Amino acid sequence: MAPGQPAVPAQGTPQGKHLGPPKNALFYDPRLRSVVVQVLLCAVILFFGWVIFDNVTDNLARNKITSGFGFLSAVAGFDISQTLIDYSISTSTNFRAFWVGLLNTLLIAALGIVLATVIGFVIGIGQLSNNWLIAKLSKGYVGIVRNIPLLLHLLFWYNAVLKALPDFRNSLLLPGGAYLNSRGLILPRATLSGHPELVLVALAVAIAIAIVLYTKAKRQRERSGKSIPVVLPSLFLIVALPLVTALVAVHATWTYPEIGRFNIRGGAEILPEFVALLIAISIYTAAFIAEVVRAGMLSVSKGQTEAAAAAGLRRGQILKLVVIPQASRVIIPPLTNQYLNLTKNSTLAVAIGYPDFVQIFTGTVLTSTGQAIEVVALTLAVYLVISLITSLAMNIYQARTRLVAR
Amino acid sequence: MKRSLNTMTIAATFALAMPALAAPTMAAGLLDQVKARGSVSCGSNGQLPGFGLPDAQGNWTGFDVDYCRAIAAAIFNDPTKVKFVALTAKDRFTALQSGDVDVLIRNTTWSSSRDSQLGLNAAGTNYYDGQGFIVRQSIKVNSALELNDASICVQQGTTTELNLADYFRANKMKLKSVAFAQLDEALKAYDSGRCDAFTADASALYSVRIKFSKPEEHVVLPEIISKEPLSSFVRHGDDQWFDVVKWVLFGMLNAEEYNVNKANLDEQMKSENPDIKRLLGTEGSYGEQLGLTKDWVYRIVKHVGNYGEVFERNLGPSSPLKVTRGLNALWTKGGIQIAPPVR
Repeated sequence: MAPGQPAVPAQGTPQGKHLGPPKNALFYDPRLRSVVVQVLLCAVILFFGWVIFDNVTDNLARNKITSGFGFLSAVAGFDISQTLIDYSISTSTNFRAFWVGLLNTLLIAALGIVLATVIGFVIGIGQLSNNWLIAKLSKGYVGIVRNIPLLLHLLFWYNAVLKALPDFRNSLLLPGGAYLNSRGLILPRATLSGHPELVLVALAVAIAIAIVLYTKAKRQRERSGKSIPVVLPSLFLIVALPLVTALVAVHATWTYPEIGRFNIRGGAEILPEFVALLIAISIYTAAFIAEVVRAGMLSVSKGQTEAAAAAGLRRGQILKLVVIPQASRVIIPPLTNQYLNLTKNSTLAVAIGYPDFVQIFTGTVLTSTGQAIEVVALTLAVYLVISLITSLAMNIYQARTRLVAR
Repeated sequence: MKRSLNTMTIAATFALAMPALAAPTMAAGLLDQVKARGSVSCGSNGQLPGFGLPDAQGNWTGFDVDYCRAIAAAIFNDPTKVKFVALTAKDRFTALQSGDVDVLIRNTTWSSSRDSQLGLNAAGTNYYDGQGFIVRQSIKVNSALELNDASICVQQGTTTELNLADYFRANKMKLKSVAFAQLDEALKAYDSGRCDAFTADASALYSVRIKFSKPEEHVVLPEIISKEPLSSFVRHGDDQWFDVVKWVLFGMLNAEEYNVNKANLDEQMKSENPDIKRLLGTEGSYGEQLGLTKDWVYRIVKHVGNYGEVFERNLGPSSPLKVTRGLNALWTKGGIQIAPPVR
């Protein structure tokens, strides 16, 4: 439509006058009609859901297939290669296995999201770099990585990690007493005594001080236009305070791993399955995040950058104060999608034997109990909840960073 | 790859929820449905040489596969009227429960919970197996009891995984298991050195050894840590179909016992031995009583062979697997395979 031409014909539209009062007012009442339609739709959906539920229970009962959630309290009786909480073959229940699997999935998702975001932002900004080499390398990364299916990434990293490392008899002894071999990375394990909880307290205090500093500096800047450096001092504080506390208040006894008959014994283990999955999923998702970031940066008009430069801001300040706040509005919704994808894609772990939620619960627990409907329903619910929480967190973040007109 | 298998579990779950698919046994008996459809749908292992494996042309071969073919031969006089569905350990029971397959013959262990709470019936043990370990010769292990602290690769979703945990627990050994959803992935990990040992049913160990890059460098340890009667399974609630699946196996076993084989089949049709006459249907109407024809065993032996022939062809010394009969020899020859009489 040409500018200047109004969307609606200028002279008063004679809608009401021409149609006159409808013959059946009730039927044509838009509000009533929408309510009726919605009620009917809900009824149909509910009825459909009830039919499914009724059929399932009926069929299960007729075929004498056990149903219900009693299996959750039965002893699981299988081994899990990576457990973040206590889990024993002889006493832990299927419900415990549920939590073990869920935590393993959350671990991979959380670390994957952090890693993918960092790589993705670096590559995304790199694509817009004025440096020819950096720009081309970043573009090449995106072009290659996102066009290869994730499963192949996974198998590549898993087999690359496994094949490249020596077997445990020829383990590499790393400085500090850690071992690296095809069974994973085995680190010395620390047994803490003294007051380890004080370190957490110190960390909390340091973060609180940093927040106070930051708010003060911001207020100062808005009032007087002078900025005080806060980032480096805060970081220093956050690292140094817990560290000093640890040195003073905590006494650590180190158990060093040693070569046993079959494996490196003692020590904390990082499985190759975990590493392969983390690398593959982060690198893969980072390629998509890079594109999201690039699109977001490009969405900020060049005039903004030029105006900021004319106002005397430095390059870093332009990025931090002008470009990123505006770009983040465009970046966050698709970024949320990528986070959700990453979490859901982590179910491919089954291909390489990482004990994630699907592997443990929808795999072993399902087959050892045979209660497919309950297990699959719980699995769907778990991923739904994880995804909804991720979306919620991102929505809250977006609401806080929304452009506020002043 | 794994994605599609999970999808299959979920799809099968939903199939269980749908009214149309959920009541496959109600209208007519499954045997009549199969006859009307013109083929048997058989859940099989698609990855295990010797038991169930499609070749490059899509022809299925194996010991379990031949059991399916024998059912088709008995019903249709044509062993090719089988639709094979490759199932993973994880998906197999759901596929059978939801009516996706008519019978599950996929090296599946008969246990009390599978017989009861899954709503299934085990319809006869076609192979008596037990769980064992395979290790590289170079690690110099002579007994499974020496595997304390060893990493062990295992296929998940099997009784194997549970037996493994039980065995280590019972012998107070420390277990480091690595579970894979797919047999092939577990084997690849073992072959590449991720694990010291691989555990599975002994039959499967012989079968997978030929897949390794250097088969002669691997040994199967002597311990058998469990009993695994591998059986066919059908759904609860259709006794006629249950009988058919059960008796096809018994027919094959009886045929071996009475020395009825592919070569002498037509000669044996003239036999005066009353056992053979009843078996081959030249006397009585035992086949009809099962819902089949008089000559059901004749059809099975003609197209597929007796139990011994099927064993020999797929697993025995003339096959790449070279498994000895052991427990699976007939009861008359020192084994425990025995079939009730046809009479």
